[in-house]
Amino acid sequence: MRLLRSLVKTVAAYALLAGSISFLAGAGFVNPYWVQILMLACIVAISAQGLNIIYGFTGLFSLGHAAFYGIGAYTAAYLMKTYGGQSQAAFLAALLAGGGASAAVAYLIGLPTLRLTSDYLGIATLGFGIIMKVVFDNADSFLPELGGARGMTGIAKMTTIPWVIFFLIVSLLVVRNTIHSRYGRAILSVREDEIAAETMGIDTFQYKMVGFVTGCAFAGVAGGLYAHLYTFLHPSNFDFFKSIDILIIVVLGGLGNMSGTLVVSFGWIFLLEGLRVFLPPGYVELRWVLIPVLLIVTMLLRPQGIFGAHEFPFLRGKGAR
Amino acid sequence: MMLEIRGLTKHFGGIQAVDGVDLHLGEGDLVGLIGPNGSGKTTVFNLVTGIYRPDSGSMALGGENLVGIPPHRINRLGIARTFQNIRLFRNLTVMDNVRIAHHSHLEYGPLAALCRTGRFYNGENELHEKVEIYLSIFNLQNRKYEIAGNLSYGDQRKLEIARALASEPRVLLLDEPAAGMNPYEVGRLMEFILSIRERFRISILLIEHQMRLVMGICERLAVMDFGQVIARGIPAEIRENRKVIEAYLGEDISIE
Ligand SMILES: Nc1ncnc2c1ncn2[C@@H]1O[C@H](COP(=O)(O)OP(=O)(O)O)[C@@H](O)[C@H]1O
Ligand SMILES: [Mg+2]
Repeated sequence: MRLLRSLVKTVAAYALLAGSISFLAGAGFVNPYWVQILMLACIVAISAQGLNIIYGFTGLFSLGHAAFYGIGAYTAAYLMKTYGGQSQAAFLAALLAGGGASAAVAYLIGLPTLRLTSDYLGIATLGFGIIMKVVFDNADSFLPELGGARGMTGIAKMTTIPWVIFFLIVSLLVVRNTIHSRYGRAILSVREDEIAAETMGIDTFQYKMVGFVTGCAFAGVAGGLYAHLYTFLHPSNFDFFKSIDILIIVVLGGLGNMSGTLVVSFGWIFLLEGLRVFLPPGYVELRWVLIPVLLIVTMLLRPQGIFGAHEFPFLRGKGAR
Repeated sequence: MMLEIRGLTKHFGGIQAVDGVDLHLGEGDLVGLIGPNGSGKTTVFNLVTGIYRPDSGSMALGGENLVGIPPHRINRLGIARTFQNIRLFRNLTVMDNVRIAHHSHLEYGPLAALCRTGRFYNGENELHEKVEIYLSIFNLQNRKYEIAGNLSYGDQRKLEIARALASEPRVLLLDEPAAGMNPYEVGRLMEFILSIRERFRISILLIEHQMRLVMGICERLAVMDFGQVIARGIPAEIRENRKVIEAYLGEDISIE
């Protein structure tokens, strides 16, 4: 039973990872601040893997990823705050609802734009991101719980190490198993050459939609985890610049490279926070000089992304690639 | 009749690219479509495969209408093609190029893929064997893991044919498959084309500029000029046809 064996392996890997990190954190070996950063890195990695599906694998240019992250965050936080209380089952349901809300909105945006060339999606998502920022800013006028420009408070602290590791592993498995199947290859063919794909029997509109909706669903789930990690949401967490952050991670990781996206997500978050700790006081804003320089250097030295075509063994398909 | 085209017309701005073309392809036929540059041959392929929609005229495959049907559905009805300016999935492996074309014939669903069930593995294993077959026809079986864009020009053309075959067509449209090949490769290609027609029992419509190829293997030819079919017949007749010779005047192509 191959299915059973891989299930056992996955659960074992999960238990080991989640267990050991939770233990280290609980026993006080790791400072709670860094544990929180680690959870943030996992969350960002889930969201970035979503954009990797959209841009890296499907070849669709999206400039509004943070808006979908925000939709997931506000949806999950609202549901938990009004109906969920502290229940773990409700939390899971709220996270999935957040992903579902992002997916549904992505579907509506995809309907008119995905039949056109990729540039249209870029423009549409850019505009959508800006509109969503305005919506989040004024959300209190239709749902007072969302807080609007003052921010949303009173969100329960539900996000834990086991939860983020669980969703990170699930997201990686979903991407890996899809990409190394007929569906993933169809998605790749859209990126490579839409006309050739169509004449080989691939319904390119359908697969663009699958790629875009799935990627946005990842962002939505990640947003829900984020909301219940920091227990406070502010519209500025989901603006255009946050979309660009994720875009940078995906490009640095190498478009269509799962391992690169994963590693750069962690690197990015720890670098940002690390510099905050290690730069002398008063020089923290130098981050925004150092990081662009690092970006330029990396793109000059490794334009194909830091990992190139290489993937971690557990992210490869069966048979060599 | 496999493929039946009547009164096919398409214009781009002021250019009448295809102007009332009739073409018929029977079961197992190997028909050549020739004509000077810009005479509308590729446009006929683009119309038949649904990339462009005709202004007027009818097209049917085995009696089934093709007008207004999107390209991916036309492929599933049984028409596959290659491109004059090669359109491989350049950054993917040779094997993936062929596997993608077989997409519509695989049976496992999304859930089987996500959970990697036995159904998924069976489907992928069968696919692997099929890929092996399609690639070995063109002696590409040892290049499976290479990136398609890194193949030589001739091999890329062959891979395009292998990819088209992997979608299991009834009609194969080849757009200048010998372009850029040396005489030896052209000779091999002629053998490949004849052998795949036998082996897969398909009908082939072949656009070609190299007269040696079309005259050598096609049973019938249709000659286009300015969007119209100006002559049809067996190669020996076409060679003698005055209109054809005039159409080719000024082109640096000899009709042997
Ligand atoms: N997409 C297009 N837009 C504008 N004109 C086109 C297009 N495709 C083909 N044409 C024109 O239609 C005519 C026929 O072209 P084509 O079918 O490619 O000829 P052939 O394949 O016989 O060399 C040419 O004049 C060409 O410039
Ligand atoms: Mg042409």
